[in-house]
Amino acid sequence: MTVESTAPRKPRRSSGTKRTSARRTPQQQSSEPQLVQLLTPEGERVEHPEYEIDLTPEELRGLYRDMVLTRRFDAEATSLQRQGELGLWASLLGQEAAQIGSGRALHDDDYVFPTYREHGVAWVRGVDPTNLLGMFRGVNHGGWDPGTNNFHLYTIVIGSQTLHAVGYAMGVAKDGADSAVIAYFGDGASSQGDVAESFTFAAVYNAPVVFFCQNNQWAISEPTEKQMRVPLYQRAQGYGFPGVRVDGNDVLACLAVTRSALERARRGEGPMLVEAFTYRMGAHTTSDDPTKYRADEETESWRAKDPILRLRRLLEREGHADEAYFTGLEEESEALGKRVREAVRAMPDPDRLAIFDHVYADGSALVDEERAQFAAYQASFADSADSAEGGK
Amino acid sequence: MAVQKLPLAKAINESLRKALETDPKVLIMGEDVGKLGGVFRVTDGLQKDFGEGRVIDTPLAESGIVGTAIGLALRGYRPVVEIQFDGFVFPAYDQIVTQLAKMHARALGKIKMPVVIRIPYGGGIGAVEHHSESPEALFAHVAGLKIVSPSTSSDAYWMMQQAILSDDPVIFFEPKRRYWDKSEVDPEAIPGPLHKARVALSGSDLTLAAYGPMVKVCLEAAAAAAEEGKSLEVLDLRSISPIDFDTVQTSVEKTGRLVVVHEAPVFYGSGAEIAARITERCFYQLEAPVLRVGGFHAPYPPARLEDEYLPGLDRVLDAVDRSLAY
Repeated sequence: MTVESTAPRKPRRSSGTKRTSARRTPQQQSSEPQLVQLLTPEGERVEHPEYEIDLTPEELRGLYRDMVLTRRFDAEATSLQRQGELGLWASLLGQEAAQIGSGRALHDDDYVFPTYREHGVAWVRGVDPTNLLGMFRGVNHGGWDPGTNNFHLYTIVIGSQTLHAVGYAMGVAKDGADSAVIAYFGDGASSQGDVAESFTFAAVYNAPVVFFCQNNQWAISEPTEKQMRVPLYQRAQGYGFPGVRVDGNDVLACLAVTRSALERARRGEGPMLVEAFTYRMGAHTTSDDPTKYRADEETESWRAKDPILRLRRLLEREGHADEAYFTGLEEESEALGKRVREAVRAMPDPDRLAIFDHVYADGSALVDEERAQFAAYQASFADSADSAEGGK
Repeated sequence: MAVQKLPLAKAINESLRKALETDPKVLIMGEDVGKLGGVFRVTDGLQKDFGEGRVIDTPLAESGIVGTAIGLALRGYRPVVEIQFDGFVFPAYDQIVTQLAKMHARALGKIKMPVVIRIPYGGGIGAVEHHSESPEALFAHVAGLKIVSPSTSSDAYWMMQQAILSDDPVIFFEPKRRYWDKSEVDPEAIPGPLHKARVALSGSDLTLAAYGPMVKVCLEAAAAAAEEGKSLEVLDLRSISPIDFDTVQTSVEKTGRLVVVHEAPVFYGSGAEIAARITERCFYQLEAPVLRVGGFHAPYPPARLEDEYLPGLDRVLDAVDRSLAY
């Protein structure tokens, strides 16, 4: 190690420009993000030189409806967890714009690799929301067919799915298809090696993949300053593809930026990183208590940026929706909540022998042997009415 | 390709070539597998003949190799990935264990994971640290994976074909110190099932069970024992998960004695599983406890000590004597 490198650092301002941002802490950077915004928290449309969007009133109402219903579904799931019907729930409260905006940018033949919080993306892909609850109720580990809606299974291990997305995108490119792939992950996942490796592979193979990071500021109790020293979106540059930070609570900006990134990928111009700067209004999951690790003032300051409220303000300001519309949507929300509640309560426990289902596609003598032993053991309980069939 | 004697590495090469020719969805991926043909030249010439789109040199990132192979499999491809050496698989262990092994079950059978992971494994070549390990038990413990290891060129050729055809993830452990051993390959033969054990040598006094690099050691031990008038049966298990316990049971019912031999540490090794199962199945036929011969509960030693660590003829024969003395 040289003497020079151990000496105290001097501010580097040789260029003459006072770039004070270089001296900011990540916390300060986080509070003053440079981001793409098309809709202010007050519901006013603003222009951005690189990203523009022109939506019909019907399309705007569609985005609003998606966000409202997703929030209602999420609230219902949280309640169901509190009532003991779900073992756990990962709420998306506050992240509706990031998910609905990016999700509505997708084409049908695009493919989504989510984490475990992309309930809004699942919604726009047409996955029945009750399908998302099986794993949280403990009846399966996913259960839906990813091929039906091009929406992969939820992935619990942080960041793993970004590599799957890149591999899938490499396959898309090999097939000569003009579709794209999107990988969702969070700010915490950006510290994982798999995410770094996925950036490397995507860049090297020019894979048609969009990395969509929802920076919701918290990885359970770890704030972003415990994860990074430079803004996340800037990381892309080091891998050789563009990164952009978008207002994650602005559904229009999320839609416009993601649409642009996906089109870029479809044109064969390779990957792009979109950092949606947003906030997780609730806990990481129903298991943690955010009052132990973050200040109420911070959460309150984000409440003023609510993604749903700001689109409602636009709809009202421009006369795109009247009271009857909002009342109708409220009724639709309640109906969705009721449907979800009833579906969860009616969700049967799996058959005992389901433990042995689908371990191997080609079967296994060992699994067959253990299944037979377990079935015989269950059948040995004479007082169990259904034990003879090996049922529950 | 006619019937011919091939080194084991070349047999795998021919097998991969055939798979690439047969199915356009088969891909080869790994570090240095292209122009170099792999550090053991197992993929020699394949990129030249099939192109960089089919035989893919990857960044030096094992989790990335397996993780992207999973994505390619989801897209309908059948990737065969190479991990350069046994000790380098651990950065990919998370992807293999938490993703590859479980995805079929997680999707309730709706998706399949036809990924083959080739790992040159085991010692005996005088290599440096992390180049001589036998981590098969760490994988065999995981449901959803299938683990195999050939000991002959013919098996290497056919088992690779079968592994690639399998819709399950297969970890293909290649006995690297046997890469240069030649034996006959008949490309017109009809191979047996992938997970069935083979009686490599018939005998009546005691059963030796082994796989991969240790099959040859056991056959040599049997030859030496034969000079002393002892008749040993040698089983080549071929598959480590699942294990063909039926064939082992049949043999032990005949001989009454079993010694399991592998390079990996004995403690929690595959020998423990075989000993326990066979004791359950053959309790009244066993004339002696099942004995195990293998590596020690110590890091794989430096090359100058590996001959002490690896089971050789004498340690196998010592176990045979102990078993026969009961």
